[in-house]
Amino acid sequence: MSVHLKQDKPDTRNVLDTMAQGVIGADLPRPEGLIKVTGTAIYAAEYRADGMLEGVLVTAPVVRGEIASINEASVLGMPGVRAVISDKRMTGRPAQGTAGEAPFQPAREVCYWGQPVALVVAETFEQARDAAKRLALDWHGTGDAPLDPEAAETEKDESTRKGDLAHAMAEAAHTVDVTITTEGHASAAMEPHAALAQWDGRTLTVHASLQMLKYNRAELADSLKLEEEQVRLVSPYVGGGFGSKLGISQEVVAASLAAMQLGRPVRVVMSRQQVFQTIMRRSETRQRIRLAADAEGRLTGFGHEALVSNLPGEDFAEPVLQSSQFLYGGDNRLLKLDLARIHRMTAGSVRAPGEAVGVQTVEQAMDILAEKLGMDPIALRLRNLPDAHPAKGTPFSSRKLAECLEEGAKAFGWEPRPRAPRHTREGEWWIGTGVASAARVHAVVEAKARVTLRPDRTALVETDMTDIGTGTYTILGQIAGEMLGLMPDDIDVRLGDTDFPPGSGSGGSWGAPSCGSAVFLACEGLRKDIARRLDIGTDDLTLKDGLARWDGGETALADILGGEPLDCIGHFEPGSSIEDATVSSFGAFFAEVAVNRWTGETRVRRMTGAFGIGRVLSARTARSQCLGGMTWCIGNALTESLMFDPVDGHLANCDLAEYHVPVHRDVPALEVLLLEERDAAASPIQAKGVGELGLCGGAGAIANAIYDACGARVFAYPMTPDRVIAAMPDI
Amino acid sequence: MRPFDYQRAERFEHAAQLVGEDGTRLLAGGTNLIDLMKLQVETPQTLVDIGRLSLGTIAEEGDGLRIGALATNTATAVDPRVRRDYPVLARAILAGATQQLRNKATTAGNLCQRTRCYNFTNIDQPCNKREPGSGCGAIKGIARLHAVLGTSDQCIATYPGDMAVALAALDARVEISGERRSRSVRLRDFHRLPGDTPWRDNVLDAGEVITAVTLPAPVGGIQLYRKVRERSSYAFALVSVAAVIGIEENRFTRADLAFGGLAHKPWHDPRLAELLVGSEPSLALFDKAADLLLEDARGYGENDFKIPLARRTLAAVLCEATGVEP
Repeated sequence: MSVHLKQDKPDTRNVLDTMAQGVIGADLPRPEGLIKVTGTAIYAAEYRADGMLEGVLVTAPVVRGEIASINEASVLGMPGVRAVISDKRMTGRPAQGTAGEAPFQPAREVCYWGQPVALVVAETFEQARDAAKRLALDWHGTGDAPLDPEAAETEKDESTRKGDLAHAMAEAAHTVDVTITTEGHASAAMEPHAALAQWDGRTLTVHASLQMLKYNRAELADSLKLEEEQVRLVSPYVGGGFGSKLGISQEVVAASLAAMQLGRPVRVVMSRQQVFQTIMRRSETRQRIRLAADAEGRLTGFGHEALVSNLPGEDFAEPVLQSSQFLYGGDNRLLKLDLARIHRMTAGSVRAPGEAVGVQTVEQAMDILAEKLGMDPIALRLRNLPDAHPAKGTPFSSRKLAECLEEGAKAFGWEPRPRAPRHTREGEWWIGTGVASAARVHAVVEAKARVTLRPDRTALVETDMTDIGTGTYTILGQIAGEMLGLMPDDIDVRLGDTDFPPGSGSGGSWGAPSCGSAVFLACEGLRKDIARRLDIGTDDLTLKDGLARWDGGETALADILGGEPLDCIGHFEPGSSIEDATVSSFGAFFAEVAVNRWTGETRVRRMTGAFGIGRVLSARTARSQCLGGMTWCIGNALTESLMFDPVDGHLANCDLAEYHVPVHRDVPALEVLLLEERDAAASPIQAKGVGELGLCGGAGAIANAIYDACGARVFAYPMTPDRVIAAMPDI
Repeated sequence: MRPFDYQRAERFEHAAQLVGEDGTRLLAGGTNLIDLMKLQVETPQTLVDIGRLSLGTIAEEGDGLRIGALATNTATAVDPRVRRDYPVLARAILAGATQQLRNKATTAGNLCQRTRCYNFTNIDQPCNKREPGSGCGAIKGIARLHAVLGTSDQCIATYPGDMAVALAALDARVEISGERRSRSVRLRDFHRLPGDTPWRDNVLDAGEVITAVTLPAPVGGIQLYRKVRERSSYAFALVSVAAVIGIEENRFTRADLAFGGLAHKPWHDPRLAELLVGSEPSLALFDKAADLLLEDARGYGENDFKIPLARRTLAAVLCEATGVEP
């Protein structure tokens, strides 16, 4: 049995609200939480296989060139060394998210410093690592390697031009014209990239750390010139992805090639340095924001132009303008994204690509405009929420932005403005607060899931969907439990195996609405079949606690099944419901910071985030997602920065000691409000994406709080002590 | 990591004998050495584990305190005598690394920790400290963490630690034992400037082993350690200041100051105490002290900010110690 839905219309039935079990949205623990915190959940690098060999990647110490020769003899005599793999199917770059085809090959053409060019395979990891460092490479240069995005050639993409922004700026009562930079980010997942490949002569099985198995399987098959059916990927637990595992990376292809060549299982685990040097980066950005407003603070013009970068040959350009298209009004609009071609490692999706750096800059500009107008920054935002998408005219499917600003302000204890900076000092520390809007476009993709009702009053959910720490196991159990009248403890959710029906994968915050909808559809199919067996209408059927009830009757689910399992595959496809409307998650951030008057050090003292994400599927994991996002906002605002050497282009800070994500002490009490919302166009379960929203804009609230505290308008992220001091008026 | 031999020293004499041999390194806490071996920055042929030697005692000696070479950073920081009489030392240690690292790191190992220069830790980059004569990748490269005082055209690396900065302010001594002789060196003289031999971090000769750090009699006063960094833990100092300040009748009676993050060694400039002692604290005086301190400071682009940051941090510490309001 299967149920297919291509969602061309909003689903206003709100079916999940009519169910009886009462577990949807509840604050329930993660089913896999215990095995994760006790170390018994097995991650990719922890698998063992009989006769397993270890592979270590060899990386190029040049930014651009061609490997002329690899002197295999230089290491083949070393103890334990079994092979040097430099097959032309090796890949030099990771695949972009949802590519579904082989990433850029071949490996011998070096395009960035640290690019993997070979794999040394040995009996032990130590032998392989030693030999990998000793492998002799000959290479020659192949021309200039532009390293500076400001000086490189650019490809221009003007996405929106409406009216005449320059004219609006000239005529406006108040204007803001600021240029703000952000530096590159690493995804910085805790679990490094790892793969164990096993080849039986026909079928390749790879245990790996991946976010999107359906696409990854196609990418790997294409890389190896195998049929997809010959490739099985297993990835039940993933220790963080943040975009870095959307597409397959070099270790997966290298381990597979080695296993196929040597006929033994091969494991390849990237070192932390290799993860930093070869996996996707978020591009640095330079953004110019222009705002034109009338005397009452109504925007008449809105401009957002950005410069980002990528390697030659890559299509991905950090989509900085994504939410700027519709967050605020203004009839005269100019949105423009330029892409510079430079030789840093591949730029791709890193946690909330686009909005994670594109909203905070707009939010800084709005704060400056509010100050010029003598308005409260919340009032300014409320005045400029467009009735519909300013360029396309499509209505918003749901938007709780005003409510988030208002409810969040109440919870945070927002003190209305205007007020001059440096109003509060505690010893050496200036205290200030700031606000910013949050926005993240909603996306859903095709997804399948199989749900099987079993005669023992349990159900099985199977999909190749992943749980990258986000809560997939939890929410799919809660959806199935609600629909089938079972407690989530009785739902066995199995993920991360391409032997299961292909799900959506985790990325773009689309996992919950896409795979959740597939599970929902499968359950609808099961409910329909049960109703048919009982000879009642589906709407007359109530499932609760393992019992089926209807007007005048009640029977155990097990009796209806007659001892046989009953399964259904749910198949969800996005349709025009999300094209006919502007579908996005919204929210608001409030931050309180302390800025040291002497040293410019900034510490976040508290943050509140209020979010509208459609239906909340699991109160606990949705909140955790928002906490994680807000934590990244602190890193984005204050510490995170990839540092590339200006001379040879190598990445200098390539471990977690030198790439500064926030430590526990940097993260204060974070408050999360989830506003009740249903979005009928977003998905048949009325849920929108949540994973990334918490990152989108919050750094702007911190920047605005820094200004409120000490009077420094800093126009470069991260706002490190030196930058704050440079922007700070004298003590 | 290269294959290596591992030996455990049961007696101090054994360790001292082995450490004189080429390619031998002493292993104590291993929090720095093992990392560098994984990166192949360090490629010892033999590791001599001295972890079982009885060099971990913290004991009173004369009027002062003797901290054994193998006393862990945690043990030193929580020692009641250290907390009472040398609070700047406890504060400096607790400002460094993480609890897990401090539980393993030792006094002598911490003094000998290597620079965190990104070029030093990357064997595919030039570095005169790691590979004499290969050049310096930092001078025109990424130099955010680097030195502004006492640099040379060979090397602009910093000494990364916190503990030694406090020890410099306290005028501690390093007890060193060698095959032929034992000697005692002021901590202020223990680390070197890079000059033309940047591969030498300190004055230890081949075959010499640190046995202890000794602290002089307690001097009381106000003891502060201020470490500036963008995140609040697990980051090396952009600038740090250790201060032991005495004030009587609104005049400085003591002003022992040492600085981290500025140079290849904990920076101590005796002229600062000469200027400050006997004078009334004031912002103008603090500014003068900063002028002296930074007279010869030189930035390398990315680290230019350290010069004004050092000035401000010094003023912050002196204001906190003296109650002068900015």
